[in-house]
Amino acid sequence: MKTDTTAIDIDRGKGDFFYPEAHVRDAGTGLSERTVRYISDVKEDPDWVREFRLRGLKTFLEKPLPTHWASKDLEAIDFAKIRYYLAPGTEPKRSWDEVPDDIKRTFERLGIPEQERKFLAGVEAQFDSEAVYSNIKKAVGEQGVIFVGSTEGLKHYPEIFRKWFGKVIPIADNKFSALNSAVFSGGSFIYVPPGVKVKHPLQAYFRINAENFGQFERTLIIADEGSEVTYMEGCTAPKFNTPTLHSAVVELIALKGAKIQYITVQNWASNVFNLVTKRGLAQENAEVKWIDCNIGSRLTMKYPSVIMKGRKARGEVLSIALANDGQHQDTGAKMIHAADETTSNIVSKSISIGKGRATYRGLVHVPKHLKHCKNNTECDALLINATSRTDTYPAITVRGTGNAVQHEASVSQVSAEQIFYMQQRGLTEAQAMSLSVNGFVNDLVRQFPMEYSVELKRLIELEMEGSVG
Amino acid sequence: MKELNIENLHITVGDQEIVRGLTLRVPRGEVHALMGPNGSGKSTLAKVLAGHLDYQVTAGKVFMDGENLLELEPDERARRGLFMAFQYPSEIPGVTIANFLRAALQSRLPEGEELEATDYYAKLYEKIELLGMDRSFTSRAVNEGFSGGEKKRTEILQLAILEPKYAVLDETDSGLDIDALKTVAHGVNSLRGPDLGILLITHYQRLLNYIIPDHVHVMVAGRIVRSGRKELALELEERGYDWAREGAFEAVYTR
Repeated sequence: MKTDTTAIDIDRGKGDFFYPEAHVRDAGTGLSERTVRYISDVKEDPDWVREFRLRGLKTFLEKPLPTHWASKDLEAIDFAKIRYYLAPGTEPKRSWDEVPDDIKRTFERLGIPEQERKFLAGVEAQFDSEAVYSNIKKAVGEQGVIFVGSTEGLKHYPEIFRKWFGKVIPIADNKFSALNSAVFSGGSFIYVPPGVKVKHPLQAYFRINAENFGQFERTLIIADEGSEVTYMEGCTAPKFNTPTLHSAVVELIALKGAKIQYITVQNWASNVFNLVTKRGLAQENAEVKWIDCNIGSRLTMKYPSVIMKGRKARGEVLSIALANDGQHQDTGAKMIHAADETTSNIVSKSISIGKGRATYRGLVHVPKHLKHCKNNTECDALLINATSRTDTYPAITVRGTGNAVQHEASVSQVSAEQIFYMQQRGLTEAQAMSLSVNGFVNDLVRQFPMEYSVELKRLIELEMEGSVG
Repeated sequence: MKELNIENLHITVGDQEIVRGLTLRVPRGEVHALMGPNGSGKSTLAKVLAGHLDYQVTAGKVFMDGENLLELEPDERARRGLFMAFQYPSEIPGVTIANFLRAALQSRLPEGEELEATDYYAKLYEKIELLGMDRSFTSRAVNEGFSGGEKKRTEILQLAILEPKYAVLDETDSGLDIDALKTVAHGVNSLRGPDLGILLITHYQRLLNYIIPDHVHVMVAGRIVRSGRKELALELEERGYDWAREGAFEAVYTR
């Protein structure tokens, strides 16, 4: 029986619960050509996608793990023990009433339908491999904005989908983009027509419910000339005894004069491997901005990138990473300047707690022939305990003469005296640490949308509560 | 009994005894000055009262309105009404004075109860004016880049907002010029009243020209060697700590 009292086990944040599985489509355990063909069959992929997936699989199998520079912990992922596709076998619903009870209850507990009513222009909710709910406000849909799951996008808008799919992040970009290319399912497909400015954010919520599972969503956002859109994604998973894999690919295309803001609130359970490739392409005078907050997971490797391909294009990454005990946040940003007068900005803040480890990797590339390009990079690390760890690997190659680059880095520590001072004013140790952390990220969080900074503050508090005493 | 009652307190740091049998009572509504030369153990006493973990209490007791203070965590002591103005206040980068004090007041409310924002800001601005500070000051990060005088005034502002039952002011006069000293003293004087007991720790008599204590205690080598009314401070100023030290021997040998 599926009741709230028996199936739910909360011990960390509000995401840590799960309901018994009720999947109709199941690709089984392990990865082979058969797995990939099964996924293609149930999704009724066109031939070019079937080929794309098989090339993805081949590339994935050929490429070694990037352990020559990345964490050896990657070796702990047993690809043969993961389930690659689990789905109810039904189309996503347009109304919450039609969503199966267990799944609906999951998203209600996470507060999604409530947020949708309050401030969102559209919501997609993915449960394991497929979207179970997808809806866009009528007024926004009438402007010609498309917001559906990637499966639907591929089916109903094949021309525009195929034109951009896999163009910003090729299959062979890295081992995990290849894996995603082989087994991708879910994620969002968004198209905003020329000149349309979507006022409120579109939100997708990715939920892992099944054990021994890998989630491989694929998101493609195209903002046509002069349009603007903000997309927010949230992710959670319960804490299972075995590791879970999340390996998404996100491609953004901002055409001439368009603006895309992509916001991630990630609160994974502490045994999720989160290996995600995110990259945006900005044409002339366009802007791609990533706001990326990484909380939870066992190992996160994620370096949102912007290729500034047109004159005066802008790229920005604002990121916050919180590495708690037993976690490694290996995050950063890449800025590829490929036209004159392009500007990029990276602000990265990391917090390491207990034996947590935060790594910043940055890459800024400005080739010799370009003129008047600018980059600003700031990375600040905060260490909470003496055992906490942080590393910074900035790689900045700026050639030519007419380009400007600025790089600042700092490491600070919350001192025992500071905590004592705050306790003397009545705050508990956890409240004191949480306030210190909030102070550290404050100037960055002020640039985030309101609803989002409130959520982030709450997540930081939860994380600090759990890490003290 | 409404008093801060310190009984025969012994404090060590490492294997060195700093406070050696100190007894002192500060009833609510009174101001007690604790004077002493450097190294006499004044600041150690203040930190132990606040609950700092670097110090060990090897003997003795401290009661606040009858409650055993030493059994409480530092934050519990604070919430129950003990305030310490630090000699060297910490910086809290990125956290504004307004937000910090709001969090401090919030921590005193029962769970689920929210601090009323309008009342809070009204009170904050009232106290800010009392201390001759500008409102914009409250949106600066706590103690970050503050001058010595600004830090001390911020401590008194916190005292005014948090309304404790007992306040320990640890060398609040150190590093202040005469104008800043007057402002701080004015702030403290305006908070005096039947509901607040103050232990004023200072090295110099100067502060006591502006905050007139009800009682003066002289501490030498970890003990109180002389106690008296406010005139004691002047006598001490005239005759010096050596005179008080003689008292220390008396205190030991006449016991």
